This record gives sequence, structure tokens and C-alpha cells, in this order.
Amino acid sequence: MPLPRDDSPKFAEYAHPERLVSTAWLAEHLGEPGLVVAESDEDVLLYETGHVPGAVKIDWHTDLNDPVTRDYVDGEAFAALMAARGITRDTTVVLYGDKNNWWAAYALWVFTLFGHEDVRLLDGGRAAWEAEGREYTREAPQVTPVDYPVVERDDSAIRAFKDDVVAFLGGQLVDVRSPEEFSGARTTMPAYPEEGALRGGHIPGAQSVPWARAAAADGTFKARAELEAIYQGEKGLTPDEPVIAYCRIGERSSHTWFVLQHLLGFPDVRNYDGSWTEWGNAVRVPIAVGDAPGEVPTR
Amino acid sequence: MSEPASPLTGGSVLVEGLPPALAEIVDDFNAVSERDRLQLLLEFSEGLPALPERYAEHPELMEPVPECQSPVFVLTEVDDDATVHLHFSAPREAPTTRGFAGILREGLDGLSAAELLATPDDISSRLGLERAVSPLRLRGMAGMLGRIKRQVREKTAA
Repeated sequence: MPLPRDDSPKFAEYAHPERLVSTAWLAEHLGEPGLVVAESDEDVLLYETGHVPGAVKIDWHTDLNDPVTRDYVDGEAFAALMAARGITRDTTVVLYGDKNNWWAAYALWVFTLFGHEDVRLLDGGRAAWEAEGREYTREAPQVTPVDYPVVERDDSAIRAFKDDVVAFLGGQLVDVRSPEEFSGARTTMPAYPEEGALRGGHIPGAQSVPWARAAAADGTFKARAELEAIYQGEKGLTPDEPVIAYCRIGERSSHTWFVLQHLLGFPDVRNYDGSWTEWGNAVRVPIAVGDAPGEVPTR
Repeated sequence: MSEPASPLTGGSVLVEGLPPALAEIVDDFNAVSERDRLQLLLEFSEGLPALPERYAEHPELMEPVPECQSPVFVLTEVDDDATVHLHFSAPREAPTTRGFAGILREGLDGLSAAELLATPDDISSRLGLERAVSPLRLRGMAGMLGRIKRQVREKTAA
């Protein structure tokens, strides 16, 4: 039995309001059967410093990525992870985390690859919960392992690979990295570690919309009208055509994927997780530099 | 996935070439389970001393470490007798980075400049944190050590 949706007026504006819950909703439903709250952060220790009571931890790197191949875990590993966290196929999962839910959105995207149906984000994430002075605990939850079926990952609908992007050139691409990364002035996020890209710039034709523009100052998502003004108004993106979003390794672009797919209701959005660390190292793929989307090469 | 067999799993090899305080930390990490290693890292994070007043008001003296995912700053002092002191500044919301800083502070502070410069560069890979923390994140610790050593070299090159 899924938990009821959060019928806050703000969420009702979005295409898929069932994908978000507010801090008030979460506080009210904490501990109810059928609900598992999971924290996903950039910092692997942040959960240990205090978390929402009863919340489990899911780390993007150590839990969701395959330890050897550059890929996500397979159906078996995902099932084992879910089982260990007390999540069944019918569980309502609420994800939250640091940095405007950046990594929580990434986790939500991976859950979606496995077709987990009821997975939501806590609007505002850790920052909102904290700012409201709500309860944190260091107590590790007692989780009774449950059964989760082995479901094969389906990469076809919401994930794009390099060859898909090459064939997609001329279509609606969204580059969600910083303006300096977009222009080619730098290959890493300002103040972030060098993860190695031999070339700087962006995929020709991509629109630059840094991912965090979707978040308000308090870390919650901007209202639908504001989001429309950015993606549809300013950038001219249309839900009538497919979109592929990318960043550096596919994490920031999962946040934008969430915004386009669930908040604005674009029906066909894929995340190119190879992103710049693949494209910027690949041989003979076209690259544009500078602030403009650039010319799309004819093939 | 099973843990790859490592030539470093015998305790003595793991601490080879390390100054005593750092050797003890490496031993402590490897003596506990992976889960407890994260708790231990959290303790180092919480034990990281605050910046002395004289630096708290002069952030421009601190060097940023861009290899870390989260903002961290490091400053080394070399006394007249060549003893090295380390100071770090990292936010509470970055406990992993603070933990790395705490390990370096406890393991290296008070060494002579020569001893510090002789510290092996691979200490981040001796803590047994690859699986619990991930190699990508551990790069930040190597970045901090590299910058500490460079500062010490600069300050002793008279």
C-alpha cells in the first residue's frame, strides 16, 4: 500500500506531484509501515553525523555503482541492497540528501532504472529538514531484511549512451554543468577535484542550464512557473521532442532529469551518465567551445 | 565482489615507513571492520581541532585543497627547530574531508620537516577505506598530503 501523496498546493502545480513530499508530510508519516526514508549524500559520512530518525543510508558510489565496470549495479546487487535496507517492491521510498538533493535525485534516477514505482524526493532535502530544526538522530535504524525481487535494469527509457548521443546530435541537449565547464574554460566544477577530461567544451547544440538553477535559495525546487520560464521560456525546450541531459558523470544531470520529467512533465528525457568524462575523452566526437550552443556538424 | 588479495594486508607491511603516530592510526583502522572504519573516520572528523585564533581571522593564509570534494584549507608551520605543525579548516557538513584532515593532523603534527617529507605518499590507501569510502574520495587525502609536503619544502628551503 503506497502512502498517501502530499497534497501541498505547491506540488499540485507540478506534472507529477506524487514525486515530492514536504518536510511536514515526512514528519507526519515517519515510522508508518510501508515507508522507508533513505539519505543519499555527496559526503559518505554525513549520514553518520545525524539523520532523519529511522532513515537508512544509500551511498551513490559504494552502493549504486558497480565496483569494477563503469556502470550501475545489476539487478541482483540492487535487490540485495533493497532487501538489506528493508525496502520491498511495494515500499514507498522517500529520498533526501545534501546539496539541493543532488545525490538523492541521482539515487532516484537509479531506482527508476530498476522500475521501483513509488520513489519520491523530500523537497529541500537535508537543508530544509535542518533549517526547520527537525529531529536528527545518530541511532542506526534496526532494519529487518526483506525480500526484493531481482529485476533487470532497464536502460532504454531514461538512460542515454555515447552512441545514442552521437545519433541524437541536433536534438534537444541540456548541459547542466557550470558556465566555465560549458565554455571549455575548465574541465571540472569550480573547486572540485580533477576527474580527467582531455578536452573542454560541450556537445554541439547543447543549451547551458546549470542544474542548481532549478533550486530556490532554501534548496527546495522552484515553483513550476519559474521552472517553465527557465527551461521552456529562456531556453526554448519543448516537451514535444525528446531531451538528453548530461553533466560530468551524470549526477547533476539526474537532478535536471527529475525536473524535466517529473516537475515539468516532459515525457521523453534521458540522462547521459557517461557525460563529459566520457565525451571529453572520446576520440573524434564533435565539441563546441564558447558560450553559445555552437554549430551541429552535418554527418 | 570479494576483497582483492593485497600484499599490504600483513600489518607490518601496511605501516612500513610510517611515523609512529600514523602507524598507530593505520593499525587501528585495519584492526576493525569496514563499518567501524567509517565510525573511526567520524571520530577523527570530530576530533579535528579548531583553527587557532591567529588564523581564524586570516583565511588568506590558508591554502585550498581542490582535490577534495568539499572545501578544505591547510596551513603548515615550521618552527625554528624544524618541527612541523598542521592546521586545517573544513566545514562540519564535510565530515569525510574533516576526517582525512584529522588523521593527518594526529599522524603528522610535531614531526620534524625531514620526517614529514619522508612520509610515504600512499597513506590514504593503507587505511582500508577503499570500499567504504571509495578511491575517488580518498584522492582528496593524497591531495592534502601533497600540499602539506610542498608547503614544508617551501618553508624549509632557506
